[in-house]
Parts: sequence; structure tokens; C-alpha cells
Amino acid sequence: MENVVRFLTLEDAFVRASVLGAILLGMNCGVLGAFLVVRRMSLVGDTLSHAVLPGVVGGYLWNQAKDPVAMLAGAVVAGVLGTLLINAISSTTKLKTDAAQGIILTVFFALGVCLISLLPPGNKGGVDRFLFGQLAAVNARDLAWLLKATLLTAVTIGLGYRGLLVLSFDPVFGRLAGLPMRWLHYGLMLLTTLAIVVAMESVGVVLVSALLVIPAAAASLLTHRLHWLILLAAAFGVLAGVAGTFFSFVGERLAAGPMVVICAAAIFALAFCFSPQQGVLTSWWQRFKWQQRVTVENELKLIYRRLEDRHPEVKVADFVEESFPAAVLPPGSLRRLQRQEYVQAAPEAPDLWRLTQSGQQAACRVVRHHRLWELYLARRASYAVDHVHDDAEKIEHLMSSEQAQRLAEQLGHPTMDPHGRLIP
Amino acid sequence: MSAAVTPTASSPWALECHDLTVTYDRKPVLYGIDCCIPTGVLVGVLGPNGAGKSTLLKAALGLIPASGGYVEMFGQPARKVPQRVGYVPQRESVDWDFPVTVMDVVLMGRYGRLGLFKRPAEADREIARRSLDKVQMLSYADRQIGQLSGGQQQRVFLARALTQDCDLYLMDEPFAAVDAATERAVISLLREMRAAGKTVLVVHHDLITAPNYFDHLLLLNLRLIAFGPTAEVWTPERLQQTYGGQMTLLSELAQQRVASAS
Repeated sequence: MENVVRFLTLEDAFVRASVLGAILLGMNCGVLGAFLVVRRMSLVGDTLSHAVLPGVVGGYLWNQAKDPVAMLAGAVVAGVLGTLLINAISSTTKLKTDAAQGIILTVFFALGVCLISLLPPGNKGGVDRFLFGQLAAVNARDLAWLLKATLLTAVTIGLGYRGLLVLSFDPVFGRLAGLPMRWLHYGLMLLTTLAIVVAMESVGVVLVSALLVIPAAAASLLTHRLHWLILLAAAFGVLAGVAGTFFSFVGERLAAGPMVVICAAAIFALAFCFSPQQGVLTSWWQRFKWQQRVTVENELKLIYRRLEDRHPEVKVADFVEESFPAAVLPPGSLRRLQRQEYVQAAPEAPDLWRLTQSGQQAACRVVRHHRLWELYLARRASYAVDHVHDDAEKIEHLMSSEQAQRLAEQLGHPTMDPHGRLIP
Repeated sequence: MSAAVTPTASSPWALECHDLTVTYDRKPVLYGIDCCIPTGVLVGVLGPNGAGKSTLLKAALGLIPASGGYVEMFGQPARKVPQRVGYVPQRESVDWDFPVTVMDVVLMGRYGRLGLFKRPAEADREIARRSLDKVQMLSYADRQIGQLSGGQQQRVFLARALTQDCDLYLMDEPFAAVDAATERAVISLLREMRAAGKTVLVVHHDLITAPNYFDHLLLLNLRLIAFGPTAEVWTPERLQQTYGGQMTLLSELAQQRVASAS
């Protein structure tokens, strides 16, 4: 609890630094990841982040200091080399890109780890951080580089947004229209490499691809517009970064990098379950509600038929005064109908029930849809009269009142269905 | 390339193929294509499966390299006149789950003229709206493209091409797997474009409608069988040549020649 207060008040300098670092990191990776995800290049993020490791360590070895420029130069060299090798493997053999990526990613990573173990013992601790990162130990210089990388990304994407949109959706079109597709692609890859290099010290090479892919993947479940997707991905990245830092601080022994990734995964899980269009639970709930509605409507129809049969001569459907025995319905359904105030207990006898006004309306509605559709099929679609029932059983639940009205108009406001029963 | 053709000369031809040869994996898919297509015509590109119809369009645009010969549009290579040449690819060439609306896609037609940094103005949106209206898709402007049917997707591609306002269009099977309403909308649109002086090349599959739709035909089967006004080209012998003959010998010899040359 004391830790929670210390975190929320941001009184410790290192908390401020790691929160700021997490915000910048989440923003930068989220935005760039959005492009990877919509271009179906998510694995490229993973490949790049592993493949740049030997370059980063090489850059470090070269000038013996954690100079981001040298490490970035090394990362770009390694990244370009890896990409070229992947292209060479997939274009000259029958292997596809996935196999080529799998080979290059792991081999380059292994090379990087070997290079780390070659370092003199005193230096090892520093470079070890590239593997797993240490968000809590972010210093002012790291922050400055995170800030520069994030600003560069924001400016580039702000200025070149339309070009990047075309690149992502239809690069062939962009090329023919004379837009510099190649440069935009390389620019984006370079920014991604930079993002990976500056993120490496905070979350490590293994986890940075998660920050590129997961917030953007979650965002893509929630929106149909690229600019919203980018902004949402950035927001999710920031949220995951801050939440991860929080749990790591409060949990004391939990490493921040993995916590950030786990928080990002939690955001994804929420989007996966509750996205209005694509959520698993959302669609399950909608199916459940639909089933419920169909069941209720079918039960109301049963009641209607029962009451109707009692008075075949009646020309207007009005059954509010009529009661029916509970045995008409399958067991258990009365209670549901009662809860929705479609039926009420009849005053005259203990086991008799009546439709309420709203119950009668709902029953009339579904019977009307059923019989109108039967008539439509029989008259307009030349269905045999004994074939129309099954189709109407489905359509009656789908039809809106407005559609039923149109149907009635087309059929000249009929009063009888093809079986000679009243259309309420 | 002969010295007589200077790159800047304004050519009378909308599209000129000169001895165009394209090979995939040493296998020729187009072999010595020569043809000059005038401006203001509606050309149907016909041929059996694997005849190289799509390849002809792609090679003409420089999307795939030619192993011999050249193609010029208005006297210049396609990449020199990006604003004058539009391409309508097969529908499957893009990811229709991509997070953009119909309007976003159609507005892309203006990006080439606007360049990378200029924002589309209201006038550009108006052009995009008019194009959408012409393909009867204006009411779908705000839909995500994944919600469209195949025919509607095809019409969105056409609207984007219209928005580009080019002089020459190359269309790869705009009639493939579309509903009858879309087919009618597309053909009347193509005729309207021709009336406005545009040149349109359309890869087409349906031999029954072809002579009615197009005023010129380009019959293709690995090599050029014939190009000319429909009345002259649409003969049983030519069609037999295009669709009937197996052309095995030409295919084999061409393959050997290319293999020995490389």
C-alpha cells in the first residue's frame, strides 16, 4: 500500500523516469506496430528485434560505450543483412518467408548472445540488459533517446501519413501513382529498427516485439479506420507501459519489462472478449440473447395458437380476457414469460394464466410476421402451400415491423394466410 | 530501341508495345508482342487461361520486368507519366480487411497528383464523391471496405481509378465474378470514359459479351494473334488460333531460345 502511494505520487526520481520511459516506449512501439500489423508484417518486428542483437553488441564492442548512435548503426547493418538474407533464401529456394525468418531470427540471435559472452566480464552486466531490459534503471540519457525516437516517429507519420496509408493498403497503386513507396517502406523499417534499439535497454530484445505487435493487434479489433487504429495502439502501448511499471514497482520483485508485456496481453484479452464487432464474448452474448428471443417468441406463438383455436370464428385477435392452462407451454418457460411481463396469473383459477397487453402485442407481432411471410412465399414466390411453414418459422424472428408493414402493403393488406387463418 | 523514337515526342499512340517479351523462370509467357493502340478506344484483351493477359498489363506498367522489347504510353515509359496512366488490378490484389473506408480508398486516387505532403482539399473530396456516384456507391462512402460484396469492391476500385482522372486505363478482369448489376454499371462507365476520349484496355474472359462490349480486340495467346477493330478481328479462324491451337512448338522453341540466351 505504501508502495502504491509512492508510485502514484511519483515522488521518487527513478519512478518518474521509468514511468516516462514506459510512456514513450509504449507510444513509439504502438504507433510503429500498427503499421506492422495492418501490413501483415507482425513477424518482421520479431525478426528485426532478434536479428539486430549482434549489430547492437557489435556497436557496443566497437566503441566500448553504450553510445546509441554506434549501436543503431550496428543494428541497421545487422537488420539490413538479415532482411537481405531472408529475401535471398525465399527468392532462390522453395522455402517461403516464414522458414527464412525462422532461420535468420534464431541464428542472428545466437550470434548476438555469443558476442555478449565474448565481452570482458566487467562489461557483461551492461550488455546483458539487451536481452531482458531493465526499465527501472532507465537514466536521463536513455530517456532523451526514447524521446528523440518517439518524436521522429510522430513527425514522420504525421507528415507522411497518406503515403504510408497507400503503402500499407496497396503499394502497387502507390508506385504507379508516382508516390515514393520504396522510401516510405525503408523509412518505416528504419524507424522500427530505431524503436527496437532504444527499447532494448528497457524491455530487452526478446520482449520488444510484443510491444510492437500486441497493442496494435488489440486496437485492430476495435476500429475500422487506420488513424484510429494508430492512436488506439499508442494509447494501449502507454497504458500497458504505465500499468506494467506500476505492478513491477508494487510487486517489488517483478521485472518491469515482462510486466509491461503481460499488461499489454491483458488489454488484448479484453479486446478479444469484448470488442463490439469481433469480441468472442460479445458475439457469444449476442447469440445467447438471440436464442432467448426466439424461444420466447415461439412460446408466445404457442399460446396464441391455443387461444385462437378456441374461437375460430373471431375476426379480431384479442385474447387478454382468455386464460390458458400452464400445460400449454414447456415446463419452466412460464416463469421467464412472467418475468418479462408477457403473462400473468388468471384470477379465476390457480393454474390458469392470461396474456398481458404487451404479451398479446408480442404474440400478434410474431404470428403476423409468420403468416405474412407464408402468404408472400405462396403468392409471389410460387411456393407450395404445404412448404411455406418451415421457412416462415425462421423469417418471423428476423423480420422488422417496418419490413412487415412493407410486405403487407405489397400483398394488399391481406387478412387471411394461405392456410385460411387470420393474420392479426 | 531505335533512335527515331525520342522520349519527349508526343506519340499518336496511347500505348505502343514493341517486341515485348516476358519470361518467368526462363519460361516465356509473352513472346514478341508488337501493337500500337490508338487513343479513345475500348479494347478487350482476350485469350485462354495462361495466355499472358495479366502479364501484358503488368509488363506494360513496369510492374514486372520485360526480358526484351519495350512499352511506351503516350511516347514515354509508364513511370514517366504516372498521372496519365491508371491501373485497376484484380480484386484479390489487396487485403479487404484493411482498416479503411470506401471513401479513404477512392480518395487515394488523388494522392498521386497531390504528392506526399499536400492534404486533399474539399475539391478532391468532391471529385471522389462524384466518382463514387458514377459507380452507384456513394451511399457506401463510410463503410469499411470489408463489408462490401465482390461486385461492390470492384466498383470501389473503378471509382478510385476515375478519381485519378487518367488518359489511359489498364483493367485486369473488372468483370470477374461480379453481379449482373455491376457488370451493366461497369460497361456503361467504360463507354462513357471512351466518349470522354480515354483509352481503356480491359482483360476479359467472356467470349459471348466481348464483341458487344469492345470496339477493338486484342487476341493473345503467348504471342499476339491479332489486334484491330472488333469487326476485323472477330473471325472464327482468329478465335480458333487464339483458343484452339496448343502452340506447343512455339512454346518449346521459345523456351529453348530464352534458356540459351540467358
